[in-house]
Amino acid sequence: MSSAPLAVSIKGLSKRFERGDVLALDAIDLDVRPGEFVSLIGPSGCGKSTLLRIIGDLIQPSEGAAEVNGKSAHQARLDRDYGIVFQDAVLYDWRTVTRNISLPLEMAGWDRRRRDERIREMLELVELTGFEKHHPWQLSGGMQQRVSIARALSFSPALLLMDEPFGALDEMTRERLNNELLRIWNETGSTVVFVTHSIAESVFLSTRVAVMSARPGRIAGIVEVDLPQPRGPETREHPRFAEHITQVRRLLREGHADEAVEGETEVALYVAEEGL
Amino acid sequence: MSAVGVAAVPRGTLGRRVGRSVTDWLPAAAVLVGGIVLWEALVRGLEIKRFILPAPSAIADTLWERRGPLFDAGIYTFTEAFGGFVVGCTLAVLAAIGLARFRRLARSLMPFAIAANAVPIIAFAPITNQWFGPLEKTSKMAIAAILVFFPVLVNTLRGLTSVRPSSIELMRSYAAGEIQIFRRVRLPNALPYIFSALKVATVLAMIGAIVGEYFLSSQEALGFQIRNSAALFQFELAWAAIVVASVLGILFYGSVVLVERLTMGWHASARRE
Repeated sequence: MSSAPLAVSIKGLSKRFERGDVLALDAIDLDVRPGEFVSLIGPSGCGKSTLLRIIGDLIQPSEGAAEVNGKSAHQARLDRDYGIVFQDAVLYDWRTVTRNISLPLEMAGWDRRRRDERIREMLELVELTGFEKHHPWQLSGGMQQRVSIARALSFSPALLLMDEPFGALDEMTRERLNNELLRIWNETGSTVVFVTHSIAESVFLSTRVAVMSARPGRIAGIVEVDLPQPRGPETREHPRFAEHITQVRRLLREGHADEAVEGETEVALYVAEEGL
Repeated sequence: MSAVGVAAVPRGTLGRRVGRSVTDWLPAAAVLVGGIVLWEALVRGLEIKRFILPAPSAIADTLWERRGPLFDAGIYTFTEAFGGFVVGCTLAVLAAIGLARFRRLARSLMPFAIAANAVPIIAFAPITNQWFGPLEKTSKMAIAAILVFFPVLVNTLRGLTSVRPSSIELMRSYAAGEIQIFRRVRLPNALPYIFSALKVATVLAMIGAIVGEYFLSSQEALGFQIRNSAALFQFELAWAAIVVASVLGILFYGSVVLVERLTMGWHASARRE
Protein backbone atom coordinates (compact mmCIF):
# COMPACT_ATOMS: atom_id res chain seq x y z
CA MET A 1 0.00 0.00 0.00
CA SER A 2 1.26 3.47 -0.89
CA SER A 3 1.80 6.22 1.65
CA ALA A 4 -1.32 8.28 0.86
CA PRO A 5 -4.36 6.82 2.64
CA LEU A 6 -7.32 5.66 0.58
CA ALA A 7 -10.04 8.28 0.13
CA VAL A 8 -12.64 5.68 1.04
CA SER A 9 -12.10 2.18 2.33
CA ILE A 10 -15.04 -0.13 3.07
CA LYS A 11 -14.61 -3.65 4.43
CA GLY A 12 -17.25 -6.29 5.08
CA LEU A 13 -19.94 -3.67 5.50
CA SER A 14 -23.58 -4.66 6.03
CA LYS A 15 -26.64 -2.67 6.93
CA ARG A 16 -29.83 -4.17 8.26
CA PHE A 17 -32.80 -1.91 8.92
CA GLU A 18 -34.50 -3.13 12.09
CA ARG A 19 -37.83 -1.77 11.00
CA GLY A 20 -39.09 -4.18 8.38
CA ASP A 21 -36.03 -6.38 9.00
CA VAL A 22 -34.54 -5.51 5.61
CA LEU A 23 -30.97 -6.38 4.66
CA ALA A 24 -30.14 -3.24 2.65
CA LEU A 25 -26.41 -3.84 2.17
CA ASP A 26 -24.59 -7.15 2.37
CA ALA A 27 -20.83 -7.62 2.71
CA ILE A 28 -19.71 -4.57 0.76
CA ASP A 29 -16.00 -4.16 -0.01
CA LEU A 30 -14.95 -1.02 -1.85
CA ASP A 31 -11.79 1.07 -2.03
CA VAL A 32 -11.61 4.51 -3.62
CA ARG A 33 -8.18 6.00 -4.28
CA PRO A 34 -7.55 9.75 -3.94
CA GLY A 35 -8.50 11.62 -7.12
CA GLU A 36 -10.78 8.88 -8.43
CA PHE A 37 -14.30 9.44 -9.68
CA VAL A 38 -16.32 6.38 -8.67
CA SER A 39 -20.00 5.92 -9.46
CA LEU A 40 -22.36 3.65 -7.59
CA ILE A 41 -25.10 2.47 -9.91
CA GLY A 42 -27.95 0.08 -9.34
CA PRO A 43 -31.71 -0.29 -9.35
CA SER A 44 -33.86 1.62 -6.87
CA GLY A 45 -33.60 0.05 -3.44
CA CYS A 46 -30.16 -1.46 -3.97
CA GLY A 47 -28.79 0.52 -1.05
CA LYS A 48 -26.52 2.87 -3.01
CA SER A 49 -27.83 5.99 -1.21
CA THR A 50 -27.54 4.18 2.12
CA LEU A 51 -23.93 3.26 1.31
CA LEU A 52 -23.15 6.90 0.47
CA ARG A 53 -24.67 8.02 3.78
CA ILE A 54 -22.64 5.43 5.68
CA ILE A 55 -19.46 6.83 4.09
CA GLY A 56 -20.65 10.26 5.29
CA ASP A 57 -21.36 8.93 8.82
CA LEU A 58 -24.99 9.97 8.45
CA ILE A 59 -26.14 6.35 8.94
CA GLN A 60 -24.38 3.72 11.04
CA PRO A 61 -23.59 0.32 9.49
CA SER A 62 -24.76 -2.88 11.20
CA GLU A 63 -21.48 -4.69 10.53
CA GLY A 64 -18.10 -3.64 9.18
CA ALA A 65 -16.92 -0.08 8.85
CA ALA A 66 -16.16 2.69 6.41
CA GLU A 67 -12.93 4.65 6.60
CA VAL A 68 -12.40 8.05 5.00
CA ASN A 69 -8.91 9.46 4.48
CA GLY A 70 -7.50 6.73 6.74
CA LYS A 71 -9.73 7.56 9.71
CA SER A 72 -13.12 6.43 10.87
CA ALA A 73 -16.08 7.86 8.96
CA HIS A 74 -17.17 9.50 12.19
CA GLN A 75 -13.87 11.30 12.70
CA ALA A 76 -13.83 12.32 9.04
CA ARG A 77 -17.25 13.90 9.42
CA LEU A 78 -16.15 15.81 12.50
CA ASP A 79 -13.07 16.97 10.57
CA ARG A 80 -15.32 18.11 7.67
CA ASP A 81 -13.41 15.90 5.26
CA TYR A 82 -16.24 15.64 2.75
CA GLY A 83 -18.86 17.77 1.05
CA ILE A 84 -22.20 16.29 0.12
CA VAL A 85 -24.75 17.07 -2.62
CA PHE A 86 -28.24 15.57 -2.63
CA GLN A 87 -30.73 15.04 -5.45
CA ASP A 88 -32.71 17.93 -4.05
CA ALA A 89 -30.42 20.97 -3.82
CA VAL A 90 -31.34 21.42 -0.11
CA LEU A 91 -30.74 25.14 -0.16
CA TYR A 92 -32.05 27.12 2.77
CA ASP A 93 -34.83 29.41 1.54
CA TRP A 94 -34.09 32.06 4.14
CA ARG A 95 -30.50 32.47 2.92
CA THR A 96 -29.36 34.13 -0.29
CA VAL A 97 -27.09 32.29 -2.72
CA THR A 98 -24.08 33.91 -1.04
CA ARG A 99 -25.17 32.97 2.44
CA ASN A 100 -26.03 29.40 1.43
CA ILE A 101 -22.49 28.90 0.15
CA SER A 102 -21.23 30.67 3.25
CA LEU A 103 -22.92 28.26 5.67
CA PRO A 104 -20.25 25.52 5.87
CA LEU A 105 -17.56 28.22 6.07
CA GLU A 106 -19.37 29.82 9.03
CA MET A 107 -19.58 26.39 10.64
CA ALA A 108 -15.84 25.95 10.15
CA GLY A 109 -15.21 29.33 11.77
CA TRP A 110 -13.83 31.22 8.77
CA ASP A 111 -13.73 34.99 9.18
CA ARG A 112 -15.78 37.31 7.02
CA ARG A 113 -13.07 38.34 4.58
CA ARG A 114 -11.90 34.81 3.86
CA ARG A 115 -15.52 33.73 3.39
CA ASP A 116 -16.34 36.52 0.95
CA GLU A 117 -13.24 35.78 -1.10
CA ARG A 118 -13.98 32.06 -1.28
CA ILE A 119 -17.64 32.62 -2.15
CA ARG A 120 -16.57 34.78 -5.07
CA GLU A 121 -14.23 32.04 -6.30
CA MET A 122 -16.95 29.42 -5.93
CA LEU A 123 -19.52 31.47 -7.84
CA GLU A 124 -16.97 31.82 -10.63
CA LEU A 125 -16.31 28.08 -10.56
CA VAL A 126 -19.98 27.21 -11.03
CA GLU A 127 -20.58 30.22 -13.29
CA LEU A 128 -23.16 31.94 -11.13
CA THR A 129 -21.46 35.32 -10.69
CA GLY A 130 -24.16 37.99 -10.52
CA PHE A 131 -26.62 35.83 -8.59
CA GLU A 132 -25.14 36.58 -5.14
CA LYS A 133 -28.25 38.25 -3.74
CA HIS A 134 -30.81 35.86 -5.23
CA HIS A 135 -32.84 33.57 -3.05
CA PRO A 136 -32.98 29.86 -3.97
CA TRP A 137 -36.58 30.04 -5.18
CA GLN A 138 -35.58 32.64 -7.76
CA LEU A 139 -33.26 30.15 -9.48
CA SER A 140 -33.94 27.29 -11.90
CA GLY A 141 -33.40 23.70 -10.77
CA GLY A 142 -30.04 23.50 -12.56
CA MET A 143 -28.82 26.74 -11.01
CA GLN A 144 -29.92 25.60 -7.56
CA GLN A 145 -27.91 22.43 -7.96
CA ARG A 146 -24.86 24.46 -9.02
CA VAL A 147 -25.19 26.50 -5.82
CA SER A 148 -25.39 23.24 -3.91
CA ILE A 149 -22.18 22.01 -5.59
CA ALA A 150 -20.44 25.33 -4.88
CA ARG A 151 -21.45 25.01 -1.24
CA ALA A 152 -20.17 21.43 -1.02
CA LEU A 153 -16.81 22.47 -2.51
CA SER A 154 -16.48 25.80 -0.70
CA PHE A 155 -14.39 24.48 2.18
CA SER A 156 -12.18 22.43 -0.19
CA PRO A 157 -13.04 18.96 1.10
CA ALA A 158 -10.86 16.20 -0.32
CA LEU A 159 -13.95 14.06 -0.93
CA LEU A 160 -17.21 14.93 -2.64
CA LEU A 161 -20.23 12.67 -2.04
CA MET A 162 -23.06 13.09 -4.55
CA ASP A 163 -26.43 11.39 -4.25
CA GLU A 164 -28.13 11.48 -7.68
CA PRO A 165 -27.40 15.21 -7.90
CA PHE A 166 -28.79 15.58 -11.43
CA GLY A 167 -31.61 13.05 -11.15
CA ALA A 168 -34.37 15.66 -11.03
CA LEU A 169 -33.09 17.75 -13.94
CA ASP A 170 -34.01 17.62 -17.61
CA GLU A 171 -31.67 15.80 -19.99
CA MET A 172 -30.06 18.92 -21.49
CA THR A 173 -29.35 20.56 -18.15
CA ARG A 174 -28.04 17.25 -16.93
CA GLU A 175 -25.52 16.91 -19.75
CA ARG A 176 -24.34 20.46 -19.29
CA LEU A 177 -23.87 19.96 -15.54
CA ASN A 178 -22.07 16.66 -16.23
CA ASN A 179 -19.54 18.55 -18.34
CA GLU A 180 -19.25 21.22 -15.66
CA LEU A 181 -18.77 18.66 -12.93
CA LEU A 182 -15.90 17.05 -14.86
CA ARG A 183 -14.28 20.43 -15.36
CA ILE A 184 -14.60 21.15 -11.62
CA TRP A 185 -13.25 17.70 -10.79
CA ASN A 186 -10.23 18.34 -13.02
CA GLU A 187 -9.66 21.79 -11.55
CA THR A 188 -10.00 20.82 -7.89
CA GLY A 189 -8.47 17.34 -8.01
CA SER A 190 -10.95 16.08 -5.43
CA THR A 191 -12.22 12.54 -5.10
CA VAL A 192 -15.85 11.95 -6.05
CA VAL A 193 -18.25 9.17 -5.04
CA PHE A 194 -21.31 9.58 -7.23
CA VAL A 195 -24.64 7.77 -6.89
CA THR A 196 -26.76 7.55 -10.04
CA HIS A 197 -29.14 5.32 -11.88
CA SER A 198 -28.23 6.62 -15.28
CA ILE A 199 -25.87 4.21 -17.04
CA ALA A 200 -24.66 6.80 -19.59
CA GLU A 201 -23.99 9.34 -16.85
CA SER A 202 -21.97 6.87 -14.79
CA VAL A 203 -19.79 5.86 -17.74
CA PHE A 204 -19.31 9.41 -18.95
CA LEU A 205 -18.20 10.75 -15.58
CA SER A 206 -16.37 7.95 -13.82
CA THR A 207 -12.98 6.40 -13.73
CA ARG A 208 -14.69 3.34 -12.21
CA VAL A 209 -18.31 2.26 -12.01
CA ALA A 210 -19.39 0.01 -9.12
CA VAL A 211 -22.52 -1.85 -10.23
CA MET A 212 -24.82 -2.90 -7.41
CA SER A 213 -27.47 -5.60 -7.32
CA ALA A 214 -30.91 -5.24 -5.78
CA ARG A 215 -31.81 -6.23 -2.21
CA PRO A 216 -29.76 -7.27 -0.49
CA GLY A 217 -27.42 -4.66 -1.98
CA ARG A 218 -24.17 -6.20 -3.14
CA ILE A 219 -21.46 -5.06 -5.49
CA ALA A 220 -22.12 -7.13 -8.61
CA GLY A 221 -18.97 -5.95 -10.35
CA ILE A 222 -16.73 -3.02 -11.11
CA VAL A 223 -16.18 -1.56 -14.58
CA GLU A 224 -12.92 0.30 -15.20
CA VAL A 225 -13.70 3.14 -17.59
CA ASP A 226 -10.54 3.81 -19.62
CA LEU A 227 -11.89 6.63 -21.75
CA PRO A 228 -9.33 9.42 -22.33
CA GLN A 229 -9.16 12.42 -20.00
CA PRO A 230 -10.11 15.22 -19.99
CA ARG A 231 -13.52 14.22 -21.25
CA GLY A 232 -16.04 16.34 -23.10
CA PRO A 233 -19.04 16.07 -25.42
CA GLU A 234 -16.87 14.08 -27.90
CA THR A 235 -16.35 11.38 -25.26
CA ARG A 236 -19.90 10.18 -25.83
CA GLU A 237 -18.97 9.36 -29.45
CA HIS A 238 -15.83 7.42 -28.47
CA PRO A 239 -16.11 3.76 -29.62
CA ARG A 240 -15.34 2.43 -26.12
CA PHE A 241 -18.14 4.58 -24.60
CA ALA A 242 -20.78 2.21 -26.00
CA GLU A 243 -18.72 -0.82 -24.94
CA HIS A 244 -18.60 0.36 -21.33
CA ILE A 245 -22.31 1.05 -21.35
CA THR A 246 -22.90 -2.53 -22.49
CA GLN A 247 -20.61 -3.83 -19.72
CA VAL A 248 -22.49 -1.89 -17.05
CA ARG A 249 -25.86 -2.92 -18.47
CA ARG A 250 -24.84 -6.58 -18.47
CA LEU A 251 -23.71 -6.44 -14.85
CA LEU A 252 -26.95 -4.70 -13.89
CA ARG A 253 -28.99 -7.42 -15.59
CA GLU A 254 -27.06 -10.21 -13.84
CA GLY A 255 -27.54 -8.68 -10.41
CA HIS A 256 -31.15 -7.92 -11.08
CA ALA A 257 -32.85 -11.26 -10.45
CA ASP A 258 -35.61 -10.06 -8.12
CA GLU A 259 -36.75 -6.81 -9.61
CA ALA A 260 -39.85 -5.93 -7.64
CA VAL A 261 -38.47 -3.19 -5.39
CA GLU A 262 -40.32 0.06 -5.10
CA GLY A 263 -38.27 3.23 -5.19
CA GLU A 264 -38.53 5.18 -2.00
CA THR A 265 -38.81 2.41 0.61
CA GLU A 266 -35.14 2.49 1.38
CA VAL A 267 -34.97 6.16 2.29
CA ALA A 268 -38.30 5.96 4.15
CA LEU A 269 -36.94 3.11 6.25
CA TYR A 270 -33.84 4.85 7.37
CA VAL A 271 -35.69 8.09 8.04
CA ALA A 272 -38.04 6.17 10.33
CA GLU A 273 -35.07 4.57 12.04
CA GLU A 274 -33.06 7.71 12.63
CA GLY A 275 -36.16 9.51 13.87
CA LEU A 276 -35.36 12.57 11.82
CA MET B 1 -63.82 50.95 -13.46
CA SER B 2 -60.67 49.11 -12.51
CA ALA B 3 -59.62 48.90 -16.17
CA VAL B 4 -59.58 52.70 -16.35
CA GLY B 5 -57.50 52.83 -13.16
CA VAL B 6 -54.90 50.42 -14.54
CA ALA B 7 -54.65 52.22 -17.87
CA ALA B 8 -54.06 55.56 -16.17
CA VAL B 9 -51.03 54.25 -14.29
CA PRO B 10 -47.62 55.09 -15.84
CA ARG B 11 -45.41 52.15 -16.78
CA GLY B 12 -42.53 53.05 -14.42
CA THR B 13 -41.79 50.50 -11.68
CA LEU B 14 -42.61 52.74 -8.74
CA GLY B 15 -45.67 54.23 -10.39
CA ARG B 16 -46.85 50.80 -11.39
CA ARG B 17 -46.38 49.45 -7.89
CA VAL B 18 -48.26 52.35 -6.28
CA GLY B 19 -50.92 52.21 -8.96
CA ARG B 20 -51.34 48.49 -8.50
CA SER B 21 -51.67 48.80 -4.73
CA VAL B 22 -54.27 51.56 -5.18
CA THR B 23 -56.29 49.43 -7.58
CA ASP B 24 -55.82 46.48 -5.21
CA TRP B 25 -57.35 48.46 -2.37
CA LEU B 26 -60.06 50.18 -4.36
CA PRO B 27 -62.65 47.33 -4.32
CA ALA B 28 -62.28 46.81 -0.57
CA ALA B 29 -62.55 50.54 0.17
CA ALA B 30 -65.63 50.76 -2.05
CA VAL B 31 -67.27 47.87 -0.18
CA LEU B 32 -66.50 49.53 3.16
CA VAL B 33 -67.94 52.92 2.16
CA GLY B 34 -70.88 51.28 0.39
CA GLY B 35 -71.62 49.12 3.43
CA ILE B 36 -71.67 52.09 5.79
CA VAL B 37 -73.88 54.12 3.43
CA LEU B 38 -76.27 51.18 3.05
CA TRP B 39 -76.36 50.71 6.85
CA GLU B 40 -77.19 54.39 7.38
CA ALA B 41 -79.88 54.29 4.68
CA LEU B 42 -81.49 51.12 6.03
CA VAL B 43 -81.58 52.38 9.62
CA ARG B 44 -83.23 55.66 8.49
CA GLY B 45 -85.50 54.23 5.79
CA LEU B 46 -86.82 51.29 7.83
CA GLU B 47 -86.83 53.28 11.07
CA ILE B 48 -84.91 50.56 12.85
CA LYS B 49 -85.00 51.00 16.65
CA ARG B 50 -81.73 52.29 18.05
CA PHE B 51 -81.46 49.42 20.57
CA ILE B 52 -81.43 46.97 17.67
CA LEU B 53 -78.97 48.87 15.46
CA PRO B 54 -77.95 52.51 15.78
CA ALA B 55 -77.06 54.46 12.64
CA PRO B 56 -73.32 54.78 11.83
CA SER B 57 -73.60 58.56 12.08
CA ALA B 58 -74.96 58.29 15.65
CA ILE B 59 -72.13 55.88 16.58
CA ALA B 60 -69.58 58.24 15.05
CA ASP B 61 -71.00 61.19 17.01
CA THR B 62 -70.78 59.26 20.30
CA LEU B 63 -67.29 58.05 19.43
CA TRP B 64 -66.16 61.64 18.92
CA GLU B 65 -67.91 63.02 22.06
CA ARG B 66 -66.56 60.29 24.35
CA ARG B 67 -63.18 59.89 22.64
CA GLY B 68 -61.16 60.57 25.81
CA PRO B 69 -62.64 57.90 28.10
CA LEU B 70 -63.03 55.44 25.20
CA PHE B 71 -59.38 55.84 24.25
CA ASP B 72 -58.31 55.28 27.87
CA ALA B 73 -60.53 52.21 28.12
CA GLY B 74 -59.06 50.93 24.85
CA ILE B 75 -55.50 51.34 26.15
CA TYR B 76 -56.47 49.65 29.43
CA THR B 77 -57.86 46.60 27.64
CA PHE B 78 -55.10 46.52 25.05
CA THR B 79 -52.53 46.43 27.88
CA GLU B 80 -54.24 43.33 29.23
CA ALA B 81 -54.42 41.67 25.82
CA PHE B 82 -50.82 42.54 24.98
CA GLY B 83 -49.52 41.38 28.37
CA GLY B 84 -51.33 38.06 27.99
CA PHE B 85 -50.08 37.76 24.40
CA VAL B 86 -46.43 38.27 25.41
CA VAL B 87 -46.58 35.91 28.40
CA GLY B 88 -48.60 33.19 26.60
CA CYS B 89 -46.57 33.27 23.38
CA THR B 90 -43.22 33.33 25.18
CA LEU B 91 -44.14 30.35 27.34
CA ALA B 92 -45.55 28.50 24.32
CA VAL B 93 -42.44 29.01 22.18
CA LEU B 94 -40.17 27.96 25.07
CA ALA B 95 -42.32 24.88 25.71
CA ALA B 96 -42.22 24.00 22.00
CA ILE B 97 -38.42 24.29 21.98
CA GLY B 98 -38.25 21.97 24.99
CA LEU B 99 -40.61 19.46 23.42
CA ALA B 100 -38.73 19.60 20.10
CA ARG B 101 -35.59 18.62 22.01
CA PHE B 102 -37.23 15.80 23.98
CA ARG B 103 -39.32 14.08 21.35
CA ARG B 104 -40.48 11.28 23.65
CA LEU B 105 -41.95 13.78 26.09
CA ALA B 106 -43.60 15.56 23.17
CA ARG B 107 -45.22 12.32 22.02
CA SER B 108 -46.87 11.83 25.41
CA LEU B 109 -47.88 15.49 25.89
CA MET B 110 -48.92 16.63 22.43
CA PRO B 111 -52.28 14.78 22.35
CA PHE B 112 -53.28 16.89 25.36
CA ALA B 113 -52.10 20.13 23.78
CA ILE B 114 -54.03 19.32 20.61
CA ALA B 115 -57.11 18.42 22.69
CA ALA B 116 -56.74 21.69 24.64
CA ASN B 117 -56.78 23.49 21.30
CA ALA B 118 -60.27 22.13 20.70
CA VAL B 119 -61.58 23.13 24.14
CA PRO B 120 -63.42 26.50 24.57
CA ILE B 121 -60.82 27.80 26.99
CA ILE B 122 -62.66 31.12 27.31
CA ALA B 123 -65.05 29.21 29.62
CA PHE B 124 -62.33 29.42 32.27
CA ALA B 125 -62.54 33.22 32.36
CA PRO B 126 -64.63 33.40 35.58
CA ILE B 127 -62.12 31.06 37.26
CA THR B 128 -59.03 33.10 36.35
CA ASN B 129 -60.98 36.20 37.45
CA GLN B 130 -61.23 34.65 40.90
CA TRP B 131 -57.64 33.42 40.96
CA PHE B 132 -56.02 36.71 40.04
CA GLY B 133 -58.66 39.18 41.27
CA PRO B 134 -61.41 40.41 38.93
CA LEU B 135 -60.39 44.07 39.28
CA GLU B 136 -56.75 43.34 38.42
CA LYS B 137 -55.36 43.42 34.91
CA THR B 138 -53.51 40.18 35.67
CA SER B 139 -56.74 38.16 35.67
CA LYS B 140 -57.46 39.20 32.05
CA MET B 141 -53.82 38.70 31.07
CA ALA B 142 -54.07 35.19 32.46
CA ILE B 143 -57.07 34.26 30.36
CA ALA B 144 -55.50 35.84 27.24
CA ALA B 145 -52.24 33.98 27.94
CA ILE B 146 -54.02 30.63 28.29
CA LEU B 147 -56.00 31.27 25.11
CA VAL B 148 -52.91 31.98 23.00
CA PHE B 149 -50.70 29.29 24.56
CA PHE B 150 -51.95 26.13 22.85
CA PRO B 151 -52.21 27.26 19.23
CA VAL B 152 -48.74 28.85 19.43
CA LEU B 153 -47.30 25.72 21.08
CA VAL B 154 -48.76 23.31 18.53
CA ASN B 155 -47.77 25.42 15.52
CA THR B 156 -44.26 26.18 16.74
CA LEU B 157 -43.56 22.54 17.49
CA ARG B 158 -44.79 21.58 14.04
CA GLY B 159 -42.47 24.16 12.51
CA LEU B 160 -39.47 23.00 14.54
CA THR B 161 -39.97 19.34 13.68
CA SER B 162 -41.19 19.41 10.08
CA VAL B 163 -37.72 19.88 8.68
CA ARG B 164 -36.64 17.93 5.59
CA PRO B 165 -34.31 15.10 6.69
CA SER B 166 -31.74 16.13 4.08
CA SER B 167 -31.53 19.63 5.64
CA ILE B 168 -30.51 18.02 8.91
CA GLU B 169 -28.11 15.59 7.19
CA LEU B 170 -26.43 18.50 5.46
CA MET B 171 -25.84 20.23 8.78
CA ARG B 172 -24.51 17.02 10.30
CA SER B 173 -22.11 16.70 7.37
CA TYR B 174 -20.67 20.04 8.54
CA ALA B 175 -20.14 18.49 12.00
CA ALA B 176 -22.95 20.63 13.41
CA GLY B 177 -24.30 19.79 16.86
CA GLU B 178 -27.92 19.90 17.97
CA ILE B 179 -27.74 23.53 19.07
CA GLN B 180 -26.32 24.72 15.75
CA ILE B 181 -28.90 22.68 13.83
CA PHE B 182 -31.57 24.27 15.98
CA ARG B 183 -30.34 27.80 15.49
CA ARG B 184 -29.56 27.61 11.80
CA VAL B 185 -32.22 25.22 10.48
CA ARG B 186 -35.05 24.39 12.85
CA LEU B 187 -35.74 27.92 14.07
CA PRO B 188 -35.74 29.63 10.64
CA ASN B 189 -37.81 26.74 9.32
CA ALA B 190 -40.34 27.30 12.12
CA LEU B 191 -40.66 31.08 11.61
CA PRO B 192 -43.53 30.95 9.10
CA TYR B 193 -45.40 28.59 11.44
CA ILE B 194 -44.72 30.79 14.45
CA PHE B 195 -45.89 33.94 12.71
CA SER B 196 -49.12 32.41 11.50
CA ALA B 197 -49.79 31.34 15.11
CA LEU B 198 -48.88 34.81 16.43
CA LYS B 199 -51.38 36.40 14.06
CA VAL B 200 -54.15 34.15 15.37
CA ALA B 201 -52.91 34.87 18.90
CA THR B 202 -53.44 38.65 18.55
CA VAL B 203 -57.13 38.02 17.88
CA LEU B 204 -57.42 35.46 20.68
CA ALA B 205 -55.72 37.79 23.17
CA MET B 206 -58.19 40.60 22.42
CA ILE B 207 -61.11 38.17 22.73
CA GLY B 208 -59.73 36.85 26.02
CA ALA B 209 -59.30 40.30 27.54
CA ILE B 210 -62.71 41.65 26.48
CA VAL B 211 -64.73 38.54 27.30
CA GLY B 212 -62.91 38.32 30.63
CA GLU B 213 -64.03 41.89 31.31
CA TYR B 214 -67.65 41.01 30.52
CA PHE B 215 -67.76 38.81 33.61
CA LEU B 216 -66.30 41.23 36.12
CA SER B 217 -63.68 43.93 35.84
CA SER B 218 -62.53 47.45 36.63
CA GLN B 219 -64.81 50.19 35.29
CA GLU B 220 -61.92 51.52 33.20
CA ALA B 221 -62.01 48.48 30.91
CA LEU B 222 -63.44 48.46 27.38
CA GLY B 223 -65.37 45.23 27.97
CA PHE B 224 -67.01 46.77 31.00
CA GLN B 225 -67.99 49.82 28.90
CA ILE B 226 -69.56 47.64 26.21
CA ARG B 227 -71.51 45.49 28.66
CA ASN B 228 -72.56 48.38 30.90
CA SER B 229 -73.70 50.74 28.15
CA ALA B 230 -75.70 47.96 26.51
CA ALA B 231 -77.38 47.25 29.86
CA LEU B 232 -78.16 50.99 30.30
CA PHE B 233 -79.64 51.32 26.77
CA GLN B 234 -76.67 53.50 25.68
CA PHE B 235 -76.33 51.52 22.46
CA GLU B 236 -74.38 54.18 20.58
CA LEU B 237 -71.76 54.11 23.32
CA ALA B 238 -71.61 50.30 23.29
CA TRP B 239 -71.10 50.37 19.53
CA ALA B 240 -68.49 53.10 19.80
CA ALA B 241 -66.57 50.92 22.27
CA ILE B 242 -66.84 47.98 19.85
CA VAL B 243 -65.36 50.17 17.11
CA VAL B 244 -62.44 51.03 19.41
CA ALA B 245 -61.90 47.32 20.19
CA SER B 246 -62.00 46.47 16.47
CA VAL B 247 -59.53 49.17 15.49
CA LEU B 248 -57.13 48.09 18.25
CA GLY B 249 -57.48 44.45 17.18
CA ILE B 250 -56.70 45.31 13.55
CA LEU B 251 -53.68 47.44 14.55
CA PHE B 252 -52.41 44.62 16.78
CA TYR B 253 -52.76 42.09 13.96
CA GLY B 254 -51.25 44.49 11.46
CA SER B 255 -48.18 45.13 13.60
CA VAL B 256 -47.45 41.39 13.76
CA VAL B 257 -47.84 41.20 9.96
CA LEU B 258 -45.36 44.08 9.69
CA VAL B 259 -42.80 42.32 11.90
CA GLU B 260 -43.33 39.17 9.84
CA ARG B 261 -42.64 41.03 6.59
CA LEU B 262 -39.51 42.61 8.05
CA THR B 263 -38.01 39.39 9.44
CA MET B 264 -39.09 37.02 6.68
CA GLY B 265 -38.83 38.87 3.39
CA TRP B 266 -37.55 35.60 1.93
CA HIS B 267 -40.68 33.65 2.61
CA ALA B 268 -43.19 32.58 -0.03
CA SER B 269 -46.01 34.56 1.57
CA ALA B 270 -44.06 37.78 1.09
CA ARG B 271 -43.15 37.06 -2.54
CA ARG B 272 -44.59 39.18 -5.31
CA GLU B 273 -44.63 38.67 -9.03
